[in-house]
Amino acid sequence: MHLSSKHLLGIRDLLPEDINLILDTAKQFKEVLQRPIKKVPSLRDITVVNLFYENSTRTRISFELAEKRLSADTINFSANSSSVSKGETLLDTVNNILSMKVDMVVMRHSATGAPHFLSNHIPAAIINAGDGINEHPTQALLDALSITEKLGSLKGKKVAIIGDIMHSRVALSNIYLLTKMGAEITLAGPPTLIPKYITESFPVNITYNVKEALEWCDVANVLRIQLERQNQVLFSSLREYNQAFGITKQLLSGLQKDILIMHPGPINRGVEIDSDVADSGQSIILDQVENGVAVRMAVLYLLSGRKEVST
Amino acid sequence: MKGINTIMEEKQLMLTLKRLAHELIENHYPFTDTCIIGIQPRGIALSDFITQYIKEIHPEVKVEYGKLDITFYRDDFRGQIHIPSITELSFSIEKKKVILIDDVLYTGRTIRAAMDALLDHGRAQKVELCILVDRKFSRDLPIQPDYVGKSIDSIVTQKVKVYWGADKQVVLYDSI
Repeated sequence: MHLSSKHLLGIRDLLPEDINLILDTAKQFKEVLQRPIKKVPSLRDITVVNLFYENSTRTRISFELAEKRLSADTINFSANSSSVSKGETLLDTVNNILSMKVDMVVMRHSATGAPHFLSNHIPAAIINAGDGINEHPTQALLDALSITEKLGSLKGKKVAIIGDIMHSRVALSNIYLLTKMGAEITLAGPPTLIPKYITESFPVNITYNVKEALEWCDVANVLRIQLERQNQVLFSSLREYNQAFGITKQLLSGLQKDILIMHPGPINRGVEIDSDVADSGQSIILDQVENGVAVRMAVLYLLSGRKEVST
Repeated sequence: MKGINTIMEEKQLMLTLKRLAHELIENHYPFTDTCIIGIQPRGIALSDFITQYIKEIHPEVKVEYGKLDITFYRDDFRGQIHIPSITELSFSIEKKKVILIDDVLYTGRTIRAAMDALLDHGRAQKVELCILVDRKFSRDLPIQPDYVGKSIDSIVTQKVKVYWGADKQVVLYDSI
């Protein structure tokens, strides 16, 4: 059995069977991560480069750990300490790295479509670790794994995605994945942060009232307010955002049920989510981080099988 | 399937498995520092049966029993991705005697991977191999079983399959 795609560029290209295959494989890797020796030799003949043109803590560490747990050799690259600052193009940089016999590329880039462009020009398997405001597929997969662990399956589950939908690649990947797996979605946030025509592309509901979204959902995925991507003023102040759209203890205790609280990190405490909510029993934020390593191991494992056997 | 040849009928299969269980009892009773580990996916039906049978005739012993998936340790997975099964080892194998159970021993590569996988769960005192069908003279690696249900002669193009369900039997057939 194989994934239908040679790369993981986005959830958009995956079939529901691919998603199930990745999640099932990830569950087995979770067991590996519970062992005293948390390492398997599957990728010992594979070299992976982590190409990060944009800052990252979780995703980068998570990918690097996943590679090491699979016994792959890893190279780390960050744009600000490399020849990119001397003006080298993306394709030149990657081709130079690949000429040193690298098999897989994990890539984060601030330009939407950068990994897609690369996939047309290089033979190595590419895993998108976030491109611009487009997709962040492994985040959506680990969110899916976290939800299925708590609620059994995705089908028919009600997921509210709250916050900055416009600039969030996590939101877009989650919308693709949840739609493909038969979950229901409501987007909530200020009108300025929700794309106007999104209901024409996806079967999602929109509300500008966070309380309404919370009352409806089983799971609330709270997104980060991306301060670095705000060129224009889309809401008047962080304090006002917190007043109107922040997830507070008070808001949650007013609900009739316990919902799961998710957040892709990094958290702006006191802006989109209050500290006492982020650290509460309803929050599965740290489960998400734990699942991230297993999901990335599964993706690396499944894509590495596509390597041609050299005889 | 072509050239189907039944090498074990249900009656003989059951007798053989019981005989294997008795051999394990003879060498390992009362299983205080011995554990049984079935290899996923096809060794599990047999290891389930053998462990259950040992418990039936010796209800006083507690046999530690686990399941081991070797997918991530294979040396041939570049050719085809194998879907992993569950590993269930709720105990340490440190300083224990381990009996590995699988259905068919052919090239020995699965057992090589299983020994590799076992190392990640601790240092066993001893590892023994219990096999239902041994395909003689076909090993790629220097691995031999300690307990054999049945030894058979076969050629490369043939395959052995153990049917475990309503109609239990072991068949040898031509794969091309």
